[in-house]
Amino acid sequence: MKLSVHLIRLLFVCFALTGVARAGLTIDITQGVDGASPIAVVPFGWQGPSMNAPQDIAQIISDNLQRSGLFAPLSRSDMLSRPQTGEQVNYRDWRLLGTPSLVIGRLSAAGDQFKIQFQLFDVNRGAQLVGYSFTAPEKDLRRIAHQISDIIYETLTGEKGAFNTRLTYITSKHWQSNNTRWYTLFVSDSDGHDQRMVIRSKEPIMSPAWSPDGRKLAYVSFEQRRPMIYVQDVFTAQRERVSAFKGINGAPAWSPDGTRLAMSLSKDGNSELYIMHVASGKLQRLTHHRGIDTEPSWSPDGRNLVFTSDRGGRPQIYKIPVHGGKPKRLTFEGRYNAKPSYSPDGKRIVMVNGENGNFRIAVLELETGIMQILTKSRLDESPSFAPNGSMIIYATEYLNRGVLAAVSVDGRVQQRIALDEDGDAREPVWGPFLTVNKR
Amino acid sequence: MRALTKALAILIPVAMLWGCSTTPTTTDDDMTAGAETGAETMSSDVQTGAIGMGDVDSGVEVGGVEGMGGFVGDPLQDPASLLSMRTVYFDFDKSEIRSDARDIIEAHARYLSGNPSTRIVVEGHADERGTREYNLGLGERRAKSVQQIMTLLGVSSSQIEMVSYGEERPAAMGHDEDAWALNRRVEFIY
Repeated sequence: MKLSVHLIRLLFVCFALTGVARAGLTIDITQGVDGASPIAVVPFGWQGPSMNAPQDIAQIISDNLQRSGLFAPLSRSDMLSRPQTGEQVNYRDWRLLGTPSLVIGRLSAAGDQFKIQFQLFDVNRGAQLVGYSFTAPEKDLRRIAHQISDIIYETLTGEKGAFNTRLTYITSKHWQSNNTRWYTLFVSDSDGHDQRMVIRSKEPIMSPAWSPDGRKLAYVSFEQRRPMIYVQDVFTAQRERVSAFKGINGAPAWSPDGTRLAMSLSKDGNSELYIMHVASGKLQRLTHHRGIDTEPSWSPDGRNLVFTSDRGGRPQIYKIPVHGGKPKRLTFEGRYNAKPSYSPDGKRIVMVNGENGNFRIAVLELETGIMQILTKSRLDESPSFAPNGSMIIYATEYLNRGVLAAVSVDGRVQQRIALDEDGDAREPVWGPFLTVNKR
Repeated sequence: MRALTKALAILIPVAMLWGCSTTPTTTDDDMTAGAETGAETMSSDVQTGAIGMGDVDSGVEVGGVEGMGGFVGDPLQDPASLLSMRTVYFDFDKSEIRSDARDIIEAHARYLSGNPSTRIVVEGHADERGTREYNLGLGERRAKSVQQIMTLLGVSSSQIEMVSYGEERPAAMGHDEDAWALNRRVEFIY
């Protein structure tokens, strides 16, 4: 009897990324940049057996560029012409409309593969800036659209795009019908589409962390009635419990080379930082203090960890070399600073800053020591940089629900990311750059 | 002796019934009110409690047999006992035991030291403010403060299992001080 109750309680389901896709998140700009750069993304031409193309590639690109806050795509109804090839482009039309950048393209079916071509033009100079051709099966067309968005973004801004990336996040949903709460770890594309379940459990799940190659997630699950760390391959759904010591097994963070996990364990009395070599399970202890030491994050060069510690009386951010040593305190502004995470270039640290009962996302410039608070609500947490360093995704509360949001590093662009179903969303983590499709 | 055995033969099943019939009711109430922990925690409460009831020691010591005229059964089931209070609360970002929690912790400690075969899970929780992993540490620190007092009062550390849920299992779902005050807590799960 006890066993069966236990089994039901521990019931959870793993799905590989090949599972059923659903709409996941809807991302809206809540604040844009003045003077976002106008751009026209003309509907792609289509040649194939069906009436309509299987994906509206131009719309995906246009939505991506708009969400970045840096571009203002021209409405389709305002277009004077809809060129599909370079010869059909009449630069005068686009100069009249005041769109300095123009994207056109074509999609054609060839057996079960599709050929996707696109060109980006500088309207004022009357010249092509970049143009590529891809071949992909239907299931990868959205991904191709994200790759094209990345190329356009990088060509026009000089910064690498982060559209062809994934997010992970956790939802908590209460089912009225049978009075149960389910915790689910999801992965979706960076635009919130193609949501896939990674793990679902009746016991809490927390602290997901992407491996640097974007293949694995480490996370904390309470399915054994206490927090333990698991690593799961997001493609095969194979998973392994990597840390199940007495007490807390929490806050996993992958080293930049993907061989080690920093974590917080309380097996030796209270929360201390450790580094585990994943393949061997070998542990190295880093901190020795009766305060809480947790939430480690690796510097991009792999040499240091920043972490949360209340060794000074309140939670603040400290830095420690990965080979051990004396922790150095980094934050002095604010009563509560926690959950630090390095920017991809290693020059900044994003964190949760608590002051006057409000918890907000703040960025510390390491060279100058200047701290900037980026958000205005009161329960913001779990900030995570996009791999190109342009945006920070985080969790917040909106209309009494847990939702996700994103803010540009300069605070000027803000997005709200709503879950397309009931429940609370939390703990978003932006995944690494995905390798380009080579099929 | 024979009479005692007879009395026990009646009392133990009665006590077990108590364990089975009352606790699920509590679960329902608590769940609809959204005021206590999730169904999982409550059902584990039921399980361990039921096993405790089958324990002859606890059956004998209590109530009816000696004709005290008071509550008959395990004091853990006595709604008038401090033992019926299974939660103590904390201040924000604090793990110090508040004065209003002392008596409750002491009552549980007395019961446990008198029933050395009974085990308890001391569950630490935090409110949603601040970061999740830090709150996991904070929940553990709260559980530890309770455990330390209990050990000082003679409870064997082997009787106490500590677990922290951080802010992951709120007792109240709101996003205001009323809810937070209910969520900064340690629960005793028998």
